[in-house]
This record gives sequence, C-alpha cells and structure tokens, in this order.
Amino acid sequence: MTSEAAITFNQVHMAFSGHTILRELQFNIDKGAFVGVIGPNGAGKTTLIRLILGLIRPSSGTVHVFGSPVRRGKRQIGYVPQSFVADPDMPLRARDLVGLGLDGERWGFAFPNHARQQRIQDMLDRVGATRYADEPVGTLSGGERQRLLIAQALLTHPKILLLDEPLSNLDIHSGHEIIQLVAEIAHDSHVTVMFVAHDMNPLLGVMDQVLYLAQGRAVVGSVDEVILPEVLTELYGQPVEVLRINGRILVFASGEMVPLTHSESIAHGHALA
Amino acid sequence: MTNLWQHIFEPGLFTYPFLIHAWISASAVAIISPLIGFFVNLRGESFVAHAVPRGAFAGAAAAFLVGANSILGLSVFALAMALSMGFMRRHSQNGVITALTLVMALGLGDLFLTIGNTYAPEVFALLFGQLLGVSASETMAITVLSVVLVIVVGIVFRPLLLSSTVPEFAAARGVSLTAMNLTFAVLVALDASLTVPVVGALLAFSLMIGPAAAGGYLAKSPWGAMGYAIAVALGSVWIAIIIGYDTSLPIGFLVASLSLVAYVVARLIHMARKTRRFKRYVSPL
Repeated sequence: MTSEAAITFNQVHMAFSGHTILRELQFNIDKGAFVGVIGPNGAGKTTLIRLILGLIRPSSGTVHVFGSPVRRGKRQIGYVPQSFVADPDMPLRARDLVGLGLDGERWGFAFPNHARQQRIQDMLDRVGATRYADEPVGTLSGGERQRLLIAQALLTHPKILLLDEPLSNLDIHSGHEIIQLVAEIAHDSHVTVMFVAHDMNPLLGVMDQVLYLAQGRAVVGSVDEVILPEVLTELYGQPVEVLRINGRILVFASGEMVPLTHSESIAHGHALA
Repeated sequence: MTNLWQHIFEPGLFTYPFLIHAWISASAVAIISPLIGFFVNLRGESFVAHAVPRGAFAGAAAAFLVGANSILGLSVFALAMALSMGFMRRHSQNGVITALTLVMALGLGDLFLTIGNTYAPEVFALLFGQLLGVSASETMAITVLSVVLVIVVGIVFRPLLLSSTVPEFAAARGVSLTAMNLTFAVLVALDASLTVPVVGALLAFSLMIGPAAAGGYLAKSPWGAMGYAIAVALGSVWIAIIIGYDTSLPIGFLVASLSLVAYVVARLIHMARKTRRFKRYVSPL
C-alpha cells in the first residue's frame, strides 16, 4: 500500500450468517479526497462505513487506515450519523451535544473551563450554528441537527470524516448547504471525506472520486471513469444504461423506467437545486 | 407567628428516631432518583422505570418470607427484572413478554406474601411505602447505596449521556452500547429498590420521573435540569414528611401529589416562556 492512501481495503469479504454483503473489495482512498459512496439501498454502504470505523470485522481481508489496521474508537476518524432522535423538551442544548464530541466517550464528567468552551464555540461558529447554540436540540430542524453532528465529529480534528447518508432527512436546499459546508471544511482542513448518499447528483460538483457499490462489489474512480454503461453493467451483472441530462446523471437498468440510484430527488425536481 | 411555626413543625419532627430515619432516607432517595430519572427521560424508557419497582415488590415479599433485609430482596428482584427486560427487548420487540414478566413478578409477590402469612399492613407498606416505618438498618442501607449510585452516575455520566443521545456516534468513539444499556438497567433497578421502602412499589415512579420531567421543562442544559429535578424531589419529600406528620395523611399520596403539582407548574412556566419567546420573535412583523 502506498503512503498516500488514507483508507485501504484489501480483498475484503463480508458475510452475515451466510449472506454475502460485500465481496472482494480492493481499493485505496487517497488522502484529502472527497469520495461519494453511492449505491442502491442494501448495497452495503453502511457496512462499508462500519468496517472503516472498526465496529465490525471483515469475514476475510484487511482494512487499513493510514497504514495501520482499523481499531474501534480512533479519534482520527470523525463519524456523522444520519440524524438523532430528540424530544423538544429534552434538556440538551446544541452546545451540550457538540461538546460531547470532544470527550463524550470518557469516564466522569467534564468540568467547564474557558479553553473548552472556546473550542466548542469556535466549532459552532465554523458550522454556522451560532444562532441556535443555546437552543434545545429537540427544537432544531434536520439541517440544523446535521450541522451539529458535523461539528461534534470535527471537534477532535479528525483526518477522515465519514458521513452516513446525511442528506436522507433533509430538504434539497439544506442538503445542498450541508454538502457545501463539508466540501469547504474538507478543503480547508485537508480532511478525507467519505460521503454516503443514494443519489450522486447533488455531489457531482464537489466529489473527486465516486465509490460505486452494487451487488456487494465496488468500483472506485472519477465520475467519468466509473459512471459508464460498460463499467456499471459489469458491476450490476445486468445491462445498465447511463443517461446524462443537463449535467445530471441517471443510471437505469436497461428497459426499466426507474433509475437504479435513487429516484426520490428526481421525483421532487432536483434539477431546481 | 411562633404558634404557626410550632403548628407546622410539631414537637418531635426532628428528634424522634423514626422521623430522623425518614428524613435521611427520603433525602437520599430524592437526590439519586432524579439523577437516574434524567437518563430514563432522555432515553424515553419510562416504561422500564414504571415496571421495575413493581417487580421489585416480589423481592421485598420474598425477603419478608425468609426474614432477610428487605433492601437486599428488593435489589435482587429489581436487578433480575431490569436485566431480563433489557435482554428481551434486545431480542424481540414484543411488549407482551415484558408485560408478562411484570405480571409474573407481581404474582410471585402475592405467593410469597400468602405463604409467609404476611400481615396486611406490611403488604400495604410495600405497595404504598411506609416512610415513617423505615428502620435504622434500612436507613443505613438506603444511604450507603444512594452514595454508591451517585458516584456511579458521576463515573458513567458522559458515555451514558452520549450513548443515550447519539448512539451511533458513541459506538464509533468506542463506547460499548451493550455495556451502557446494562449499566442503565442496573442503575434503574438499584434506584427502584431504594425508592420502594420510601413511597412504595406503586408510587416509586413518581420520584424517578416526575421531578426529572419538571427539571426538563425548567432548564435547557443537563446540569440545570438535574439541579431543578433534585430540588423538586427534595421539596416534595420534605413537605410530605411535615404534612404527613402533622395530619397523618399517607406520605406516598403526598409525595405523588406534590411531584405532580411540581410537574404541572414546571410545564406551565415552560409554556409561558415559549409564548413569550414566540411573541418576541413575531413582533418585528
């Protein structure tokens, strides 16, 4: 493996109770790359993320992060979950939630001090959450919650940021804002980003590479290298057509009307965003 | 004026040994219960907090039967109850199993009380509490266990808070969710076994959930909410002891009513604040 790789998958095979989820994954993710992890539901996107986090072990093969085997709880990897459940009356302010990103996994409680408060405040400012920093998290919108989760993940200055379907609970406008925010942070702080989404179109302008998952297999490369009928046909194991309209890309199984990767944004007129 | 004070604080209120026991054990429970209740509310698991004390009732009945320390019996049964509920919830979403466990525990309690020919007043005390009848050894057990629980909550505070709010993030940071769920179940169980002698198996819920929910309405931050919750719980049990001693009204009834009143007041304050904020927000238009 090269020293330039942030994440390396070597012959990774993953099966749960006899059911194969991922097969023979073999790829490198370059340092500082913004990678869109794209694929239909059930393609194994979340499994891939959990492997990088060290939450599950591959059935065979190895996963390396910056040249060393993955280990659970590494602070150099920031993780942004889809969302969180919170009652409007839950006594937890935005800054409390974000602050847990600093050292929430440690025993005992954190005594507030100026340096700590300042770090949290700086991060709230960085993600544009200053206005609602003292509001209870349960009263915030999906986009506002997503900003807090990003701030929470960034507090330890991770070198890799994993986002698991951050757009799935957001309207198109807030989704676009979140993508811009992540792209900006990735660029400024040289963070390697793995951004999981079921539609690649919102990410077209910002991603350096696409990791396309289907049928438990993956192809990695630039959009122009990967999103081609012959490449995807081999990946899906069935004839696939690629349609480019006004700078947007739709992937269809031949003869089908509904795109393979996701139709939702199209149905809701994503072209407007 | 002096007469009024003497009327409220009747002679013996702070000197009779049984009242000293009552003050100490009620205060200990009123400090630990809201802390655990904060996490119960945060995790949306008030059903567990509701069911576990009732299961613990069987333990106290068993302790009566064999002549063991009732706190010990309560703890053993509450732990078994909480852990089995946690285990079953992980392996099936079927609420019927949980409910049946609860019913079985109550049935066992009935059996133990019948075999032991336990007198009605003792059964009554288990169900509704008998704060003024807490013995010196029980007071000791309650105090020691409360201190231990406060320390444990202090130790697991951050990982428990993190895993209760953003579990996937907590797991990614290396927090074991299984360990945290287990810790939570044990905390609820031990807290329930402390609360039963004070307000009884049926009313234990009122000290764990009421004040914590009131605290949630009054404060925005975890610390503020827990502070208010403890203040509400202490206020409720203290006033309940004073009124109960003066009037012979049952303490369990008084604690339940006072924490309900505190909850309603907190909710009204919360609503008033929200309306004010909303008005300020729309007034520039």
